[in-house]
Amino acid sequence: MGQWAGYLQLILDGALVTIKLTLMGSALALVMAFIAGLGRLSRFAVVRWLATAYIEFFRGTSIFVQLFWAYFVLPLFGFSLTPLQAGVLALGLNVGAYGAEVVRGAVKSIGKEQYEACVALNFNRWQTLRYIILPQAFVLMLPTFGNNAIELLKGSAVVSLISLADMTFQAQVVRAQTGNTLFPFLTILILYFIIASVISFAVRWLERYMTRGLDGVRS
Amino acid sequence: MEWDWAFVMQILPTLFEGVKITILATLLGSIVAAALGLVIAILRRSKYRLISMPTGFIAEFIRGTPLLVQLYFIFYVLPDMGITLAPLVAGVIGLGLHYGTYAAEVYRAGIENVARGQWEAAKACNLTAFQTWTRVILPQALPPMIPALANYFIAMFKETPLLSAITVLELMNQARSIANFNYRYIEPITLVGAFFLAISLISVIGLRWLERRYGRIG
Repeated sequence: MGQWAGYLQLILDGALVTIKLTLMGSALALVMAFIAGLGRLSRFAVVRWLATAYIEFFRGTSIFVQLFWAYFVLPLFGFSLTPLQAGVLALGLNVGAYGAEVVRGAVKSIGKEQYEACVALNFNRWQTLRYIILPQAFVLMLPTFGNNAIELLKGSAVVSLISLADMTFQAQVVRAQTGNTLFPFLTILILYFIIASVISFAVRWLERYMTRGLDGVRS
Repeated sequence: MEWDWAFVMQILPTLFEGVKITILATLLGSIVAAALGLVIAILRRSKYRLISMPTGFIAEFIRGTPLLVQLYFIFYVLPDMGITLAPLVAGVIGLGLHYGTYAAEVYRAGIENVARGQWEAAKACNLTAFQTWTRVILPQALPPMIPALANYFIAMFKETPLLSAITVLELMNQARSIANFNYRYIEPITLVGAFFLAISLISVIGLRWLERRYGRIG
């Protein structure tokens, strides 16, 4: 059993990279989701088109293709990215496009009377969005955002193919060094599942926290 | 580095070989996922908790872990247990298993959408469990699921490049081998992206049609 301790350490190092990638990717995805999601609801047609083009483009091709494009093709145009940067960029932009649809759906589901109340209170557009619409819409977005974060975690496994030493990459290293297949792959499957469970638990907690005191108010 | 149309023309036939495998893997994977999803959905509804709970856990486990790792597992671990699979077979099983758990959720929503009265009527007519499923519940539950299922099959199509990691010679793998051989990345990788984007945009139109034709769950 002693020899496995060292290999387990290797996989845990990879788990750290996976977690880092998931956190940074989710942060970028969240920003992109709000920019593109609200962009699709903009008054200006140009902004709407740009947001739609971004969403359709990144939803239309898979994370794998985008990652390869970011890592192998962008340098030829003069943007050299490290594997970590390419990973965060591709994951964030990809999941952000899915998140944008969630933002749009949640904002659109807020009732007309909320907007009318804002007009009655003489709120400007920014105030309406910031203080009335988004606080209500964000609660609606949370469960789907949680699912998206898990998709991002699962997507992060492909960065192992551009030689970033994440959990999957380390499992391949262990496989190559020991010839044992069951130990590395079963270990990372369980670790991925644990991380995914933590995400879904955290999102459920956040949802409860944000809806506290709202029982009976929300329909 | 500039875009070279002559090079594009030269590599198109090879890429087309990859497209065939990509489509084949998607079709076979969809069939496996559709069948497996139904089995999972029905087992999860079993009244015996010894059946429903493990099924639920396994489905959650598969949904919570990356497809790439599952493919590695099927491709590298199973041979050690005496089951050696061809890369494409392993890939189809992986895709089918992964998306089967997603399809199961669609089936679950569709089945729950069938009104309670239908179950009670089936019971009142003294139908067996099998008859209830095949004659009453599924014919009503399936049509509204079609758009949602199609959505996941499109998602599966976009995930097929992952099969290149277990040496299936599909589109992405062909593109990578061309790129590595000629040391030109722009054209092959961009063409792969353009191909997937084109198919996705077309399939969105098909999806809208399916939604009009069969309605949607919800």
